Amino acid sequence: MGARLEIYGGTDRLGNKEPVEQISLKAGDSLAVVGPTGSGKSELLADIEQLADGDTPSRRTVRLLINDSAPDARVRASSVVATLSQRTNFIMDITVQGFVDMHAASLQKASGAWAGEVVSLANTLCGEPMRENSLLQRLSGGQTRALMIADIALMSDAPAVLIDEVENAGIDKYQALSVLRGHGKITVMATHDPMLMLSSPFRLVMSEGGMRSLLSVSLEEKKCRATLSALDAKLLYARELLRKGGTVQEGYFA
Amino acid sequence: MKAVIVAGPPSSGKTAVVVHMTRQLLAAGERTAAVKFDTQSSAYPDLYRERLGIPALGGMSGYLCPDHYFISNMEEALAWGRSIRVRWLFIETAGLCLRCAPHIEGVPAVTVVDCLGGVQAPAKMGPLLTLADIVLLTKGDLVSQAEREVIAFGVRSVNPAAAQYPVNGLVGTGALGALRAIRALDDVASFEGRKLRHDMPAAICSYCTGERRIGRRFQAGSVEKLYVPEAGGKGANGGSAA
Repeated sequence: MGARLEIYGGTDRLGNKEPVEQISLKAGDSLAVVGPTGSGKSELLADIEQLADGDTPSRRTVRLLINDSAPDARVRASSVVATLSQRTNFIMDITVQGFVDMHAASLQKASGAWAGEVVSLANTLCGEPMRENSLLQRLSGGQTRALMIADIALMSDAPAVLIDEVENAGIDKYQALSVLRGHGKITVMATHDPMLMLSSPFRLVMSEGGMRSLLSVSLEEKKCRATLSALDAKLLYARELLRKGGTVQEGYFA
Repeated sequence: MKAVIVAGPPSSGKTAVVVHMTRQLLAAGERTAAVKFDTQSSAYPDLYRERLGIPALGGMSGYLCPDHYFISNMEEALAWGRSIRVRWLFIETAGLCLRCAPHIEGVPAVTVVDCLGGVQAPAKMGPLLTLADIVLLTKGDLVSQAEREVIAFGVRSVNPAAAQYPVNGLVGTGALGALRAIRALDDVASFEGRKLRHDMPAAICSYCTGERRIGRRFQAGSVEKLYVPEAGGKGANGGSAA
């Protein structure tokens, strides 16, 4: 998929020109958007979602090109930029199989084979496996997020995915990111999680509503990522152990 | 003047999207007013006045069919807009029974679809949706991407010509795209002689004129009865034979 997302800087909340003038992302790229609460992360995601044209408060311009041309307004509505946040829920009362089939039909994809694939992918993201005949409304929070991500990766035609802080959802977040990237999605993710910030090759630092700086993960940071990853694995292990009713002992986490 | 008819089911977010579009217009220095047609309460014109400081009118249909009341007052609404010299006039109408649509030929027709209404909603909305120029999908941030795509497909299936825009009624994301699309539609000088895009339901029985009592002897005019098959007869499982 030859998709490209281009963001051209506008002004921050104080009316100053944004230091980051241009960002260009291609299929499979991911960008972590970082900054304290109120720094402008969600506004940036909103600018991307509505493909701002110098007409939002930030004056940014966002262009999404598919094979070098802009998508038709009629197909733009829901199928160019996919979004996922903590507030996203399933509202249908149906099995996972029925849900995936319905989505496939709406995209004019042949039904039948998709559900199995989506479920297997979702199950790589979440500790508690779901089945094709599981009911959507009975899925846990983690299973729900996992299914949404697998569905976006495999089924949705949208070339770009916006993720707003889904780190606490009980899924393997790094795997989730690599699944989306592996399926050629351009992923832009607002996050407070240090590991996720370092898992994206690029990160955009926000403050006062403006794009302050664009950093790429350095060699030094890659080493730090490995150290943090080991710490994170310990945390995850402790979590699993305690959730299952186990007890922890001092030597475990040295 | 740009008159825009905004219609949709109750609580789907019509006022919210008009508020966000109006904010954009006011920021661009364009004078805007709103007329709200409703069946029960006309509290919302106050909301327009208080939140946005724009002129607003409210009309309550009371015992009249809200669609008949709406269409009988279109010219008055437009004349009011002209008299206060606004560039934009949003004419919002709520509720409706989905039997018809308030949309008028040559007048920008916006219909709001609530994503929480479920994936079958587009198929059930009838002319209100099929005859719209622009469809605004609200509350999409609360449902999964897949369901959003299924709803968008449902809308496309019944109205392939309409442009669809997701709008978040709480924070206003998406209102801009909708506004850009509405800008591209024609201005309206007068409603006189224009046609509704769909016919309106007939108001022809005693209940149309305020009757409230139940029973055959209170029913006058054109009355149609539910078909109830005889007990034990063919197709009886649909009727209430008990």
